[in-house]
Amino acid sequence: MATHEAAVAAPHEHHTSTGIDNAKLAMWTFLGSECLFFGSFISTYLLYRNRVHSGPTPHEIYDIPYTSVSSFVLLMSSLTMVLALAAIQRGDHRAVRSWLLATAMLGTVFIGGQIYEFTTFVEEGLTLTTSTFGSAFFVLTGFHGAHVTVGILMLLTLYGMSLSGRLTEKDTRPVEYIGLYWHFVDIVWIIIFTVIYLVPTNS
Amino acid sequence: MQEMTPAGVHEAHDSPEVHNHPEPRSYVAVAIFLAVVTAAEVGIYYVKMSDALLVTVLLVMAAVKFAFVASWFMHLRFDNRVFKRLFVTGIVLALIVFGIVLSTFFARGGPAPGFGS
Amino acid sequence: MATAALPRRRGLLARPTAKTGVWGWITTVDHKKIGILYGVTAFIFFILGGLEAVVVRLQLARPDSTVLDAEMYNQFFTMHGLTMIFLVIMPMGVALMNYFIPIMIGARDVAFPRLNAFSYWVFVAGGIFLYSSFFLGGAPSGGWFGYAPLSRQLPGNGMDYYSIGLQILGIASLAGAINFVVTILNMRAPGMSFMKMPVFIWMSLVTSFLLVFAMPVIAVALFQLMFDRVYEANFFNPAAGGDPLLWQHLFWVFGHPEVYILILPAMGIVSEVLPTFSRKPIFGYAAIVFAGIAIGFMGWGVWAHHMFVAGLGPVANAAFAISTMFIAVPTGVKIFNWVGTMWKGSLRITAPFLFAVGFVAMFVIGGLSGVTHAIVPSDTQQTDTYYIVAHFHYVLFGGAIFGIFSGLYYWWPKIFGWTLSEGIGKLHFWLMFIGFNLAFGPMHILGLQGMPRRIYTYPDGMGWNIWNLVSTAGALVIALATLVFLVNVVVSKARRQEAGDDPWDARTLEWSIPSPPPEYNFLEVPEVKQRDDWWHRKYVETPHGAPARVFAGGADGDHDDDGHDIHLPSPSYFPALSAIGLPVLGWGTIYYNTPMMIAGGLWTLLALFGWAFEPSAEEHH
Repeated sequence: MATHEAAVAAPHEHHTSTGIDNAKLAMWTFLGSECLFFGSFISTYLLYRNRVHSGPTPHEIYDIPYTSVSSFVLLMSSLTMVLALAAIQRGDHRAVRSWLLATAMLGTVFIGGQIYEFTTFVEEGLTLTTSTFGSAFFVLTGFHGAHVTVGILMLLTLYGMSLSGRLTEKDTRPVEYIGLYWHFVDIVWIIIFTVIYLVPTNS
Repeated sequence: MQEMTPAGVHEAHDSPEVHNHPEPRSYVAVAIFLAVVTAAEVGIYYVKMSDALLVTVLLVMAAVKFAFVASWFMHLRFDNRVFKRLFVTGIVLALIVFGIVLSTFFARGGPAPGFGS
Repeated sequence: MATAALPRRRGLLARPTAKTGVWGWITTVDHKKIGILYGVTAFIFFILGGLEAVVVRLQLARPDSTVLDAEMYNQFFTMHGLTMIFLVIMPMGVALMNYFIPIMIGARDVAFPRLNAFSYWVFVAGGIFLYSSFFLGGAPSGGWFGYAPLSRQLPGNGMDYYSIGLQILGIASLAGAINFVVTILNMRAPGMSFMKMPVFIWMSLVTSFLLVFAMPVIAVALFQLMFDRVYEANFFNPAAGGDPLLWQHLFWVFGHPEVYILILPAMGIVSEVLPTFSRKPIFGYAAIVFAGIAIGFMGWGVWAHHMFVAGLGPVANAAFAISTMFIAVPTGVKIFNWVGTMWKGSLRITAPFLFAVGFVAMFVIGGLSGVTHAIVPSDTQQTDTYYIVAHFHYVLFGGAIFGIFSGLYYWWPKIFGWTLSEGIGKLHFWLMFIGFNLAFGPMHILGLQGMPRRIYTYPDGMGWNIWNLVSTAGALVIALATLVFLVNVVVSKARRQEAGDDPWDARTLEWSIPSPPPEYNFLEVPEVKQRDDWWHRKYVETPHGAPARVFAGGADGDHDDDGHDIHLPSPSYFPALSAIGLPVLGWGTIYYNTPMMIAGGLWTLLALFGWAFEPSAEEHH
């Protein structure tokens, strides 16, 4: 988050040793770091998914059709995000605002879906404290949800910047770099959807 | 870490930040493809087959989706190679390190699946 | 400065303009001032951590001692470890990296000056947060490694401070590391290709990459511990199937790269100091650089040697034993490089040189004792004994701290414009060298005699009395040596012997500019033609291979010109402001105080928004 804000606000470097923009390099370095972050959580989940104590097992509780829909929503938000970038690059400010808002809305639908999913799971007897499986599931998907939420905040900020005329086709970097973050959060969910929800467990 | 070599830099110098991003039309095509693969993932989940085959097919499809979002929406196939290397370093490091971590648990035996239930 | 004259864009708050006084320091985004802030703060923690060590040693000086009770002893040794690792060695390295990375690569600042200030203030916030535990019911007491399930079960809030405090410090490290990666890759002066960079820059780059990839792993482990302790999750609850081994894996997957994060900056410092005082280029530049990179990679494949007695099984143990022995190879390469640099050089035995040589010698001992616990059967004997304590102090004190003092003596004249006294400096070195070996040498023997680590006292008649007494005496000598260093600073400041721009007749770019450097570092960005560019601007080689001076020396740029046309980033309130919310969020989490959590989180969030939208004071191009 902090890195990102700094990246967006940094003055444009025309001449860098590599020819790459500083903020873009920082963003990709950060995303490289995030791979290890989610890698650690996903590995914890893989270790713990069968340790359900007296609570429900993963496949007793997962609702695959429901999660498929919310996964699809997040996947399509990547499309609207990249269309927002294309719009700002050609200077179409109305389209930028529409696509940004659409992306934020799809993200919000995803988060709403996650809140509903968590509530259902708790009602069905799976909480953070039920089992190591419960802990691993809620903390992994919860941190992913936190990432999406941060992304939504940044998208709404971009929307505000566009309304106040701070977002122009001369400098499309804020949209591009927040987009990178957004797509990253999306591909993490691609992995989570397969590895956490679809891959069968042995119990 | 090959991007550290001076050669890598000079190559980078030759192509400073060209915005040769694809057209919206290609983005939509990629998104349709991703949607189809996702539908296939969910569909195959309900098909009866051995777990080993199912897991393999699912992981391959996830990897394909991952690669398409990263290379098209995140522009890795168009951008400077440094970005790809940074990202791939993170992914490969995570895969190797946590592959070893998990394998030590299974080699050890560990508590039986469904511990405590 | 120059920027004040430019038209300002309106924003939430105007950017601060103070360059001096307290506000000047709080709002500064100048990498040199931030470097000094890091150094001073880390030194204060060095004294705190040192005092903790002295009290621990007083307790252990004699059998059945009662200086500390068991609980306080645990808090003291845990906080000593946490302090020295996270609040001293890491930030001391960062202090020197902050000050010298931009100058040594010919840049005017780091890539993200405000992010740099943010890193510093978050580090301060994390340090204060961690130390506040002493006043709020007790400090962490589960060791710096915080092994689960003990760390999960310890009563009180100590380990909550551990899990959240290290998390805050981790944010500072990650932000700093990303900043240095981008700075080194992107901000080099024209001609400064990778293979012309000083070795210190290379080691800083490897360190930063290690941080980028290692910090998230410990972040996850700390989050899991926090959820276990605060919200009763089950990650490390054996009763619910939680696996203590998971903590060990996550901790050491971070922890072993961390060891190299601590030592690589010191290796970089020594690789600058030894050539300067041997009046020779570094021996085998490419070898020392690639050895550093190799250590960076291989550092990811040895973590389980910390877990040989955890029961991973013979295959894993054998594999990690081999990889651990193998990592001694690039380390050994570096030792030969340093020895080769001094070989047949015209040595000048100065304080920084002594500390650098001390580093090499002590690090060899620590490295060799490290190889002895790469051998699994021998490690089984040594695990959890004082032999291990001896080993890592030879590496982290004899290694990292000696390297850092070498750097302080070496760069002090550049930073402040006056030199530290050589005489007192040499006294400091010899006291520290003798005290260090007295304190930690005997621990090898104690360990092999079977004295376990982390015991708060021991009975008479174990045969441990004499060596423990010697060790405590050594600790007091180290304390005296540190006092001598402080006296040196005070005396030398009063004496104020002007250093000049290039007091050591050194090799790298920082010596081409005035001491202390002007805010903009370089009046004109240098054009780098070769490795050790500054040396080659001063000397040509005679046909016999001897250096011959080409001009009278003196710094680039003329001191009358105050660089009015150079645009520098304006100071900012927001880095310091945004750091304040984090410990508040932490306290709120520990004490289940939701309003406090919201206040802390919201504060930081708003400060980050203010940061993103503050006027740049510098016109956009």
